[in-house]
Amino acid sequence: MSDTHSGHESSGHQSSTALSPLADPGLPPHVYRRADTEPRAAKKAERQVAILFALSAVSTVAFVASFVGIEKDAFIFIPLFGSTQAQQLALGMTLALSLFLIGAGAVHWAKTLMPDHEVIQDRHELRSSDEDRQGVIEVFREGAEAAGLGRRSLIKRTLLGSMGLVTLTPILLLRDLGPLPGKQLETTNWEAGRRLVTDPDGKPLKASDIQVGAVAHILPEMPEGSELTLNDMVKDPVILVRLRPEDFNLPADRKDWVHEGIIAFSKICSHMGCAVGLYEQQTHHLLCPCHQSTFDVETGAQVIFGPAARPLPQLAITVDSEGYLIAKQGFTEPVGPSFWERSS
Amino acid sequence: MTTGKRIGGSVANFVDERTGAGRALKKNLGKVFPDHWSFMLGEVAMYSFVILLLSGTFLTFFFVPSQEEIIYQGNYAPLSGLSMSQAYASTVDMSFDVRGGMLMRQVHHWSALIFLAAMVVHMMRVFFTGAYRKPREFNWIIGVGLLTLGIVEGFLGYSLPDDLLSGTGIRIAEAIIQAVPLVGTYVAFFLFGGGFPGTIFISRIYTIHVLLVPGIILALITAHVLLVWFQKHTQYPGPGRTEKNVVGFPLLPVYMAKAGGFFFIVFGITTFLGAVASINPIWLYGPYNPSQISAGSQPDWYMGWLDGLVRMAPNWETHAFGHTVSWNILIPGLIVPGIMFTGLALWPFIESWVTGDKREHHLLERPRNAPTRTAVGAMALTFTMVTLINGGNDLLAITFDLSINQIMWFSRIGVFVLPPIAYFVTKRICLGLQHKDRDTVLHGRESGRLVMLPSGEFIEVHEPIDQYARYSLTNHEQPEVVELQLEDAHGVARPGSVKEKIRARLSRGMYGEQVQKPTEKDLLELEDGHH
Repeated sequence: MSDTHSGHESSGHQSSTALSPLADPGLPPHVYRRADTEPRAAKKAERQVAILFALSAVSTVAFVASFVGIEKDAFIFIPLFGSTQAQQLALGMTLALSLFLIGAGAVHWAKTLMPDHEVIQDRHELRSSDEDRQGVIEVFREGAEAAGLGRRSLIKRTLLGSMGLVTLTPILLLRDLGPLPGKQLETTNWEAGRRLVTDPDGKPLKASDIQVGAVAHILPEMPEGSELTLNDMVKDPVILVRLRPEDFNLPADRKDWVHEGIIAFSKICSHMGCAVGLYEQQTHHLLCPCHQSTFDVETGAQVIFGPAARPLPQLAITVDSEGYLIAKQGFTEPVGPSFWERSS
Repeated sequence: MTTGKRIGGSVANFVDERTGAGRALKKNLGKVFPDHWSFMLGEVAMYSFVILLLSGTFLTFFFVPSQEEIIYQGNYAPLSGLSMSQAYASTVDMSFDVRGGMLMRQVHHWSALIFLAAMVVHMMRVFFTGAYRKPREFNWIIGVGLLTLGIVEGFLGYSLPDDLLSGTGIRIAEAIIQAVPLVGTYVAFFLFGGGFPGTIFISRIYTIHVLLVPGIILALITAHVLLVWFQKHTQYPGPGRTEKNVVGFPLLPVYMAKAGGFFFIVFGITTFLGAVASINPIWLYGPYNPSQISAGSQPDWYMGWLDGLVRMAPNWETHAFGHTVSWNILIPGLIVPGIMFTGLALWPFIESWVTGDKREHHLLERPRNAPTRTAVGAMALTFTMVTLINGGNDLLAITFDLSINQIMWFSRIGVFVLPPIAYFVTKRICLGLQHKDRDTVLHGRESGRLVMLPSGEFIEVHEPIDQYARYSLTNHEQPEVVELQLEDAHGVARPGSVKEKIRARLSRGMYGEQVQKPTEKDLLELEDGHH
């Protein structure tokens, strides 16, 4: 530590930067703490530090006691906080105290009793000297010379070529992370004649089951023995809304996709695929809670606000011979968020 | 010699003879570090990371990273009989059936929030004091990398429990990937092992969350701290502090005690939060099901700005040649964040190119003395704040009974209008503070004492400040504008290149307006005595 000098007599550095028009007065005079000058104050500080450490130990003992002594499923009521697991709270509070008091003790110790004279050390330029740089170049040159990199270009080229090729292997090895997309994003379980059933009860619905103004969460009825997986739940959910037939203002080719004022849309947002789960009964708007895209049911779920670019795909519905709601056909476009291969 | 000392001595000898550790220790134990409260911010981040490693390791003993569907039959009655993934069920179990499990989960989540917050505030300190200038550009870039990885790591972490809220977040992340032209769909299918959600992503992100990303973060933190060590810490300017020295306290004992103690303080406070402040109560959200959603879905705060950007994006989508490009996802989800983080990483180089300053800097600058930098920082923060506010627009609308559409429009316009206003206002404030400093040096500080002159006039008595304060207030650089050179060395006229013109213009913007600090002449006049 030859370059270290204890603070206050040193003033040798003042002209090193000429930032100020004033001369650098050097470090201000040292202010001594009470514990530096009065042995009694020092003794008191020592006691305080020891007390903090001792309290930490006590808290750790309390931690052990709460671990073995408090029932896991005991709840206590704390005003403002509500009812909470007693053991978790006790463990947390005691551990927090144990840790905090160790820290507080150490910091108090450093601040009151450890030397607080500021020390000055020199900085050195980070840049290597010119000789060192030259030396490095020399070593590299000699090394390259000895290995014959310059002369044996065949070795150099084949080495680079083989290294380049071998880096391709991980890419190949990662190929089986997943299957190719194929048509998966464009297909759902909906097809002509498939019944609409409620989510989660799985009950088929008749038109009379839904009142004007009501909504229903719908899934396709699956044939006996096959169940919907979570992957189906990303594409199949449908939201059903019933308005008065005269409320609609639909494109001409979709007028008969509605049955007695009941209209069905994909529940998967055309923006980023969240479930469009909010329906405003007064305004006939469907709202996605994720990014607030708002769709107008009357006009066929056209986007009227927010970042979604496309209407929710509509599912054409009708009823079967028993009067249950069924799909007239599958979705005519992919449901959910956009992707590169999507053609409309 | 006591037995203890003898044993200690022989152990030390054993180690030193085999490693030469003595030499390194002798050199480093007395290393001096400058002292300032703002230098603790990075420490908080580092300690939070250690707390994350400790609490996270505990969690891995109980967490089951599997999407296998089971029927819940554990102790938490409200979920009884529900179908859920093992990941979700094991998270519920460790919260209610493992002693201290809930505490450790909450400590882990709280320290993740603190880790990210500390990194952001530390970065603000480094930015606003100019600590990233040469030779510390590497460390700035490492810092940007750590922040980015921290955000990714946090997002993956809160996605692991496979609850309704986090599943929705993953769904959105998948939609962003899927929106990438050309390869997006394929990348998404590879990452999720097929269509979303598949049955394997939890175990995949588990490996990334507990091994890959923390490993890289650990390596980067090591490099970050080693660079601080070798380059020595920056210090605030002041009497006795120069570009050539470092003034502070030695590592042993003062910093060992203070920094070591501070670790325990951070740990204690985090544990306190984990004990009393409920966070991410996934048993209330329910297991993930893509057909369900809860209103008010919010990511953790460090993802909020991204969500806010996505929410405010205009609904542009291009359909052409049988393909779809979702600008409404690409711009807010990838392009703008890409510009933000690239700009952040490149800032030290942009600044030094404009100023032409290639010197080493070890003295920090007060934000007011670098008005343009401070204003640029305020501008960037304002931009981020507007996006963050928009990320919570639904909650704001409910809490303050506002129209969500109006908040969205406020953000859409504000994100363009407010940052320049912040720039302008901040710059004026900085210049005003420079005026005040100049005034204080020349006329002393306001004493608060009013005196009535014989003429009846009231004046406030100004007290001169001491030489140390006066030195501190004048000890900063006031760089000159880099002017366009329209003549070459021989006096022959030459047109400036476009690059030079841009630079001269930026330089004028940066340094064109300054409050001249007191000169030697001003100070001499002062000493010759006027009032």
